[in-house]
Amino acid sequence: MTLLGQFSLWTALLVGLWATLLGFSGRWHARPELGVAVTRAVYALFGVLVVASLSLWHGLITHDFNIEYVASYTSRNLPGYYIVSAFWAGQKGSLLFWAVMLSGFAALAQWLTPAKYRSLMPYVGAVTSSVVVFFVIVMLFAANPFARLPFTPPDGNGLNPQLQNIGMVIHPPMLYLGYISITIPFAFAVAALLARRVDAGWIQAIRKWTIMSWLFLAIGITLGMWWAYVELGWGGYWAWDPVENASLLPWLTMSAFLHSVMIQEKRGMLKRWNMTLIIGSFLLSIFGTFITRSGIIASVHSFTQSNVGYFFLAFLLAAGILSYTLLYTRWDRLEADVQLESMVSREAAFLYNNLLLVGIAFSVLWGTLFPILSEAVRGTKISVGPPFFNKVNVPLGLMLLALTGIGPLIAWRKASIRNLQRQFVVPLGFGLVTLAALMAVGVRDPYPLIGFALAGFVTGTLGQEFWRGTSARHVMYQESYPVALGRLVSRNRRRYGGYIVHLGALFYFVAFAGYAFRTEMEATLRPGDTVSLKSPFGHTYTFTHVGVSQFEQLNRVVSQASVQVAKDGAPVGVMSSEKRQHFSEPTPGLRQKSFEPSTEVGIRTTLQEDLYIVFAGSVEGTEEAVYRFTINPLVVWVWIGGLVLVVGGLIAMWPGGAAGGTLRRGQAGYEVRLAGTTSGVGT
Amino acid sequence: MTSRRVFLLHGLVGALPALLHAGPAAGQQQPLAGQGEAGELRDPAAAGRPRDRATQRDNDEYINQIEHRLQCTCGCTLDIYTCRTTDFTCTFSPALHKEVLALRDEGKDADAIIAAFVAKYGEKVLMAPKPEGFNIAGYVVPGIAILLVGSVMAVLMVRRSRLTAATAAAAPLGGEGTVPGASADEMERLRRELREFDE
Repeated sequence: MTLLGQFSLWTALLVGLWATLLGFSGRWHARPELGVAVTRAVYALFGVLVVASLSLWHGLITHDFNIEYVASYTSRNLPGYYIVSAFWAGQKGSLLFWAVMLSGFAALAQWLTPAKYRSLMPYVGAVTSSVVVFFVIVMLFAANPFARLPFTPPDGNGLNPQLQNIGMVIHPPMLYLGYISITIPFAFAVAALLARRVDAGWIQAIRKWTIMSWLFLAIGITLGMWWAYVELGWGGYWAWDPVENASLLPWLTMSAFLHSVMIQEKRGMLKRWNMTLIIGSFLLSIFGTFITRSGIIASVHSFTQSNVGYFFLAFLLAAGILSYTLLYTRWDRLEADVQLESMVSREAAFLYNNLLLVGIAFSVLWGTLFPILSEAVRGTKISVGPPFFNKVNVPLGLMLLALTGIGPLIAWRKASIRNLQRQFVVPLGFGLVTLAALMAVGVRDPYPLIGFALAGFVTGTLGQEFWRGTSARHVMYQESYPVALGRLVSRNRRRYGGYIVHLGALFYFVAFAGYAFRTEMEATLRPGDTVSLKSPFGHTYTFTHVGVSQFEQLNRVVSQASVQVAKDGAPVGVMSSEKRQHFSEPTPGLRQKSFEPSTEVGIRTTLQEDLYIVFAGSVEGTEEAVYRFTINPLVVWVWIGGLVLVVGGLIAMWPGGAAGGTLRRGQAGYEVRLAGTTSGVGT
Repeated sequence: MTSRRVFLLHGLVGALPALLHAGPAAGQQQPLAGQGEAGELRDPAAAGRPRDRATQRDNDEYINQIEHRLQCTCGCTLDIYTCRTTDFTCTFSPALHKEVLALRDEGKDADAIIAAFVAKYGEKVLMAPKPEGFNIAGYVVPGIAILLVGSVMAVLMVRRSRLTAATAAAAPLGGEGTVPGASADEMERLRRELREFDE
């Protein structure tokens, strides 16, 4: 099967090159059948890469340890679902995963894009194929997943225990899908520039792709946070690690794009900026891959260092130079249709929002690269960790949260004083009441205080938006409130889906603010010993060590330490944390320990707080156990926020929305000037 | 060797009085003295690296805050506190923790301890660079960039909004709130559409 895999990769290279050259040549302008040939080549590319993927999966499932990749990431006793996920667990497999998924997205784009955009599709096919070709070249010449060993080991190394978690089965592919799918909007942007069709058409064509890509990134990032929280055992979910930062960068610029593209749709403004953002997002996705795979910056997430980093750096530079040069040559065609009318308008709020989102992206990028810069300038190695990022980004994040509440309150085009008064009273009231309540209970830490107060303000904004829309429907159509709410959302999916996304973001911020109040302690307990820890909410937990039991489970020996937990004296149950020593069994009866023992934390989640216990180890081989106990306030709101954000995103991208109608209305509305409606209208 | 069941029983029996007497005063976070018998594990090596007993000093907030500012030298990129309380297999962070404690025992305060670490391990041991010299750029460049771009944006926005206002004032329209050739009904419809669009 590896021969078939190798053959498929070489075929993919040839087919991809054919699609790239044919698409970019533009000869299909004169001979339309060549345009069809590009589309068919894109489908064929997907087909051969599916064959290559199946070949690798065959090797994984049949334990063909002569394949170096299979021997490196699996073992005979690895549970089946981890054998499947081993496909993307290592560098080489993940490159193949990237290539096959990208070719799949490219095929879908060719298939699903409406006929009116057909003139762009050969260029789109050329761009997507060129990216696929790059990944195939990396595999063929630097990281071949089908490389064979000179011998066949009796068993493989197995999968790192920390990757043996359901989060790691889902998190990497989600993140990859986010990175990968950015290529489609990028391809449309480049196609629009090449075809000199830079009207709003390409934006319409990519709308769902951009939301989907943004959603995949959001899901991937949130799942990564969840995995770090439940698996790594340090009690947190975000460490500002370079690889984490790399995933955040395109998400931030895509968030900026999703906002600014509305200005282009409604007002015909920001065309250059939107092109810049979409190209930048694609480059940042490649940059993230470069960071992860080059080993240029120290990270706990990095793949094994190899020379693929040079390939990615070269590709990054080439793609950046070519894309921005192309954009420069079309600069004049991207003139805005109309100019901004007022600094106090929805458009201006979107611009501030873009400034902050891109500013945060820049500060994260700057902080991530600053160690390299410092070493180049001063010759001194430094570290840039959470204290730096928190200091720089927390104020920016709070400003962004404030804008999340302000934006929807300001009218399009130009807001009047009356509009501002009418809109801001309730949200400001919510914010001030929250602030007063927190100060009354003794919260003095400025950042969390501001964060919670702003969360109150944004809640007021969102609540007001939903309430006004719902009650208007209730009055106009005599619908019951639940029906009115449902129809309000379903008939304005984009707008209210966006608000639901904002609600999800609000939950994230609340959870982040709550993290400032975490409490923790270490304790050594013999069976029967008790220790207590006070929650920031005022109650006290007591933990009584029950004992440590050892047993075998699947491919590991488990040492499970348990504590009886009580809240203010009332029992709440038993919590356990484990040490897992994994082993491989190359031949029956012959066991070998594989990897260091890993830790499984015990978590008890409520809406208020998480109890988080970690069995650190035993003292002198006895049941006397060392624990770390942590109380993490409001953590569950990160996961709820992620869920709400995804629901909002799905609503916004669900087919049948009013995007086309909005565009038509926008264009119709602004082709004429109506002086009497420029102020004081709208919400 | 005592069976697991016996130990669980001991644990539960030991837990009962502890639960009955639970509730040390709010705010107290103290491990209590042992009440049960500690048995031996069947496979101690499977339970991870042998651990020393935690002491009150391991929970000393002052020490922990110092360790949050210092990076573990094992290459994990985590701070000493997080590393020593996370994977529990690192042999570097417990040793570094002991170094911090020893320096504290010498009467050094947080800044002196951190300075001692920088002298020994280099500037890389700091979780965030000191805001001095070239490092200042690390802290201020993002803010300056945002302010600069924001200022340019503001100037352009003001200029363009003034231009738009001037152009609008000079536009030869049929009158305030009208479009040439449009009937009253059409104007009302247009206003309604625009209002809907704006909202």
